[in-house]
Amino acid sequence: MSKELIRLHDLCMAYDDELVLDHINLYINDSEFLTLLGPSGCGKTTTLRIIGGFTTPTSGDVTFDGVRINDVPPHKRQINTVFQKYALFPHLDVFENVAFGLRIAKVPAKEIEERVMEMLEVVSLKGFERRRVDQLSGGQQQRVAIARALVNRPKVLLLDEPLGALDLRLRKDMQIELKRIQQQMGITFIYVTHDQEEALTMSDTVVVMDKGRIQQIGTPEDIYNEPKNAFVADFIGESNILNGTMVRDGVVRMYRKEFPCVDRGFAPNEPVDVVIRPEDIDIVPVEQGQLVGTVTNVTFKGMQYDIIVDLGGFKWLIQTTDHSPEGTQVGVKIDPDGFHIMKKSEYSGLFGDYSSYSEEYEELADVSALEEEESGDEE
Amino acid sequence: MKNKLSRFAVPYEIWMAIFVVAPIVIMVVYAFTSQNGGFTLENFIKMGGYTEVFLRSFKMALVATAVCLLIGYPVSYYMSREGKGFQRIAMVLIMLPMWMNFLLRTYSWITILDNNGLLNQLFQRIGLITLYNNITGRELTFFPMLNTQGAVVLGMVYNYLPFMILPIYSVIIKLDHSLLEAARDLGANSATVFRKVILPLSLPGVLSGITMVFVPSVSTFAISQMLGGGTELLLGDLIERQFLGGAYNPQLGAAISLVMMVIVVVCMLVMNRFGEGEEQAVML
Repeated sequence: MSKELIRLHDLCMAYDDELVLDHINLYINDSEFLTLLGPSGCGKTTTLRIIGGFTTPTSGDVTFDGVRINDVPPHKRQINTVFQKYALFPHLDVFENVAFGLRIAKVPAKEIEERVMEMLEVVSLKGFERRRVDQLSGGQQQRVAIARALVNRPKVLLLDEPLGALDLRLRKDMQIELKRIQQQMGITFIYVTHDQEEALTMSDTVVVMDKGRIQQIGTPEDIYNEPKNAFVADFIGESNILNGTMVRDGVVRMYRKEFPCVDRGFAPNEPVDVVIRPEDIDIVPVEQGQLVGTVTNVTFKGMQYDIIVDLGGFKWLIQTTDHSPEGTQVGVKIDPDGFHIMKKSEYSGLFGDYSSYSEEYEELADVSALEEEESGDEE
Repeated sequence: MKNKLSRFAVPYEIWMAIFVVAPIVIMVVYAFTSQNGGFTLENFIKMGGYTEVFLRSFKMALVATAVCLLIGYPVSYYMSREGKGFQRIAMVLIMLPMWMNFLLRTYSWITILDNNGLLNQLFQRIGLITLYNNITGRELTFFPMLNTQGAVVLGMVYNYLPFMILPIYSVIIKLDHSLLEAARDLGANSATVFRKVILPLSLPGVLSGITMVFVPSVSTFAISQMLGGGTELLLGDLIERQFLGGAYNPQLGAAISLVMMVIVVVCMLVMNRFGEGEEQAVML
């Protein structure tokens, strides 16, 4: 339906023998919101910098509208960037920051005035033209950075974790705002983030990356519902990932029992990874359960309880609105469409067990405390 | 709220009071005092005869500052773009002369610039002087270099150049690299990036460099005495003579010092206004 704008062909990037990008192949359509998602060090920022022209790939090609642009310097590309820490010019006020690109392009003064004001309107910063950028809050600086890039009417906007420094509330607002701007202006957005929720909220297409390789490309629904391997399943949302055997189409065996499922297309008795999302599991009385286990941990999360159930030594995470006290025996029931079967991969066995549940959550808590501290500094 | 650590500043405050504030007060008092102790403005009137010295001093200090800036900025800029190892070596080379005694450094220029000095000997050997004589039809046996204004400016530049390079370098090296990338991203080529981002953002360093070169240059007396041979009287020389020389007149010396100080302070104020908004690095 829409036409291809950028293509990355067999892109490799190595720093001192360390392979940062490993044969990346990707095409990006016009007016698409595409997100590169992955943990830090997965190569997503490097990919973005190659598209922006700040880094030259070790091998492989970048084409823009069918033309190879490997050797085109950044200032000659129809691409603009919103940098991670905004990189606003401290010696210029808001108006001049936004006008920077237009002045270089020698746009007539009257048109600069109009376009800058129009852009400031789009990012809701009208009346801030003469403010110094260091007098703005993090969210406002963020919007100046977006306006500064968009005012040049680029074909493509690159965004490198642009919301990373903002607090949660502001981040949510800006996510909606960004999506609105993208749809309103019809520009291709290439967005880099490590925040899976952000990726799912905004994107048309999500590219999950790890270790310099693309793990999966798809719509947010595809990525969530049909993860390709244990890494993707674990990185996007919560997952219980178990070893299983695909007995035949529609039947998977684990815990020495056969379960009906909807997946097909595997070899008979092929060993597989079985993904079960915590919200797809029902807790039922013991006698009605397909499996029986012991509740070892209950955490109240507001919307639901996170319940850890020990099923034959493997700890499952179950999210439910019903409370089950710790130590009780419960039955577990999964509908056929609650199973998702994946082929074995290098990530098999690395993810999806909640034995270290409490530690993992402590770690997460540490990170969010750190983030709060950082956003506190911004104020 | 009173800072608890403020009492540790007391020794420094005493030091400041005794060695900075008190001398300035004494200088001001002296400047308005006649030789027999009464109040007078005569010292300032007498100064009118030295307008030429004032002008010459400021002119030479300005030239020295301009030369330092012309050499110092490109050096700082290219240094900041080189690798860490190069930067370290360059820094040592720039600092090295400063670890030597100031007088020794300046004396060594005498042996270089002297009529029979190293440079003239070199020119003689390679036939430059003969060539010059053949072209102009003169009969020089050496190029007179010592005891000229040029030699004095050279001495100032040589001695104060590090004070220009260091503040500019430290500002440029701290420039956020993403700002340069942002400018390129917005369509600026290298020249435009320099003009619209690097230059304006390095102004604070330039301003403090100018201050740190201009102030000692305008008040120097050792350099002009050694390399200028006392023929080109500068403010520093003039003041020194009022205190140590035969023309002993500390009241006049204090008055000249006061006027010079006021002019310098006014210059700095004007300059800092010019760089307003960039004040954070001026106090490097």
